[in-house]
Amino acid sequence: MAWKRFRKKKDLPSGLWVKCPSCRATLFKKELIRNGNVCGQCEHHFPLTARERVDMLADGGSFQEQSPDLYPIDRLEFVDREPYAHKLARAVEKTGQNEAAIYGPCTMEGKPVVLCVMDFTFIGGSMGCVVGEKVTRAVELATEKNWPVIVVSASGGARMHEGALSLMQMAKTSCAISRHDAQGGLFISVLSNPTTGGVMASFAALGDLIVAEPGALIGFAGPRVIKETLRQQLPDGFQRSEFLLPHGFLDQIIHRKDLRSSLVDFLDHLWTYAEGEVQTEWLEPSFPPQEEDTETVEEGTDTGEGDKSEPSPEGEEAAKTP
Amino acid sequence: MDETKPIQPLDFEEPIFEMRAKIAELEDLSRRTGMDLNGQMQPLKDKLNQLTAQIFDGLSAWDRVKLARHPARPYTTDYVDHVFDSFSELFGDRLFSDDPAMMGGLARLDGRSVMLLGHRKGRDTKEKIACNFGCAHPEGYRKAKRLMKLAEKFGIPIITLINTPGAYPGIGAEERGQAYAIAENLMLMAGLRVPILSVVIGEGGSGGALGIGVADRVLILEHAYYSVISPEGCAAILWKSSEKAGEAAEALKITARHLKELEIVDEVIPEPMGGAHRHPHAMAETLKDVLTRELDALCERSVDELLEGRYEKFRRMGTLFGDEPPRMPEEPASPEGEKASAAEAPSEGATDPELQED
Repeated sequence: MAWKRFRKKKDLPSGLWVKCPSCRATLFKKELIRNGNVCGQCEHHFPLTARERVDMLADGGSFQEQSPDLYPIDRLEFVDREPYAHKLARAVEKTGQNEAAIYGPCTMEGKPVVLCVMDFTFIGGSMGCVVGEKVTRAVELATEKNWPVIVVSASGGARMHEGALSLMQMAKTSCAISRHDAQGGLFISVLSNPTTGGVMASFAALGDLIVAEPGALIGFAGPRVIKETLRQQLPDGFQRSEFLLPHGFLDQIIHRKDLRSSLVDFLDHLWTYAEGEVQTEWLEPSFPPQEEDTETVEEGTDTGEGDKSEPSPEGEEAAKTP
Repeated sequence: MDETKPIQPLDFEEPIFEMRAKIAELEDLSRRTGMDLNGQMQPLKDKLNQLTAQIFDGLSAWDRVKLARHPARPYTTDYVDHVFDSFSELFGDRLFSDDPAMMGGLARLDGRSVMLLGHRKGRDTKEKIACNFGCAHPEGYRKAKRLMKLAEKFGIPIITLINTPGAYPGIGAEERGQAYAIAENLMLMAGLRVPILSVVIGEGGSGGALGIGVADRVLILEHAYYSVISPEGCAAILWKSSEKAGEAAEALKITARHLKELEIVDEVIPEPMGGAHRHPHAMAETLKDVLTRELDALCERSVDELLEGRYEKFRRMGTLFGDEPPRMPEEPASPEGEKASAAEAPSEGATDPELQED
């Protein structure tokens, strides 16, 4: 086993290594993070927190989060095996996030866009009222400013605990996109692993361009539901990015390391900014960190725990001008 | 819609059926013997009405789900026959095939042309299989899309009748972009320049229902439901047992009354006493009146008013938020603290469990 090869380094504290769920290789965590949370062996894309994703796509320090104080409430007083209110509290505690999405304006190579990113670590990235509201506000802000909007999805679908209100977020977000579209606005939908259910069946499928990370699970029904309905095994690679592209549902599959440059290229091709809107000076993104030893890296980018480094102004360190 | 055909009672309907049988016996006796038994029957009939009202007032969410799924409940096809003056069905999505689970066509309501769309469940086994029990494929949603655009082009209002357990979850449906088909309908409907009126007549199953449900007015029949997920599906995921569907139905607040309180539907259309399946013709009549009245009102509005109103309607949904982050209620619990520190302690092996996927 791969583990054995590293075994002699006994002095290393545990938690520094991560096993790739795809190829089972044991990866040095720092190296993994430096690689943008992509396995160096098999290119498996590990999940990113919303903060990491923003740090990866936005120019250093340019992202200005909007409506961070939009907090979910338990309107249905939903209780399954535990109260939804407790589930929320634990998610907040675990991830350091208030909800499963953040949004705000930022620049990408100096070009202003509105960026909205979902966070799978917060209750499976599920869309309740707050997530629906944030996506809607992101699109509305883009419509108002006449800027492109980019939404990076990572979600199991609508959040059951908020009942039909969650379902209606599909309509709400789609209405906002309809207006943005009618105004000639650009919307790029980026699908990461996984994007399914009510998120995929609403805004995530409505991009002028729809691109996905490699190996992302994308679909309407989850594989388990389909398996149970049909009582048969699903074909290998079913509902993965590489399955969707030949079926005609993705514009491109983009490796994480190329995502920012590809998005910038799309903006370049499709969007004409008003004079003076494009910044001529901007900072490189702060994720993934490239410096050799940065302690902030260890603390700030632990994928599993969610981003605890919180209000570290995006990209103060590790940023350089081009 | 045969009102004389015997219907199997649902569990909570049994006392009603028993009493009705008694009355029928008396009626039969009176007919055969020519005796006047009205004196005995009237109190029984009053009691029956009382009992029915009492039982239907106290129905649980799960009972209502059973009513919404009742095999004798009037379907889209029944309303086509009994609400509309005429119906000319139109087929196909012009892309792949025709999906019988979504029916659509030109109908006349009180003399006015409308584009009618609705889920079709099928009555007999053959039909049910052809319609996948009311679960439409992407072709169904794309047919709906095509017909809605047709309606827009010629300025015809749209009526949709929602009755589906959900969009079909299958390999072909995924291969042909079920999520995309639904999403595109949501976006299309948001901007359609004609009045849209939707009624949930039975099951409002999640995205499959919403896929023809972004309307200026959304109404629901008294015993219909509208939910983000089927109670069984929710129970399987959150309770780890689909047998807890009753609890899930309650927790999800999927009944007409709750949906009105949450402002997800505009109006609850009352059903005849005992449910639409007992008196389908009366139900059809009520529905016809409501549809006519609603459509009259919508047709008064200008296109801009319609579009603005529709946007605002959905924009307002789920816009109550908390003032502060959700917090665990204060507990005298020290075990919590222990657990937390245990979780932080270096785990065995080198893998971070959080990084593992399912």
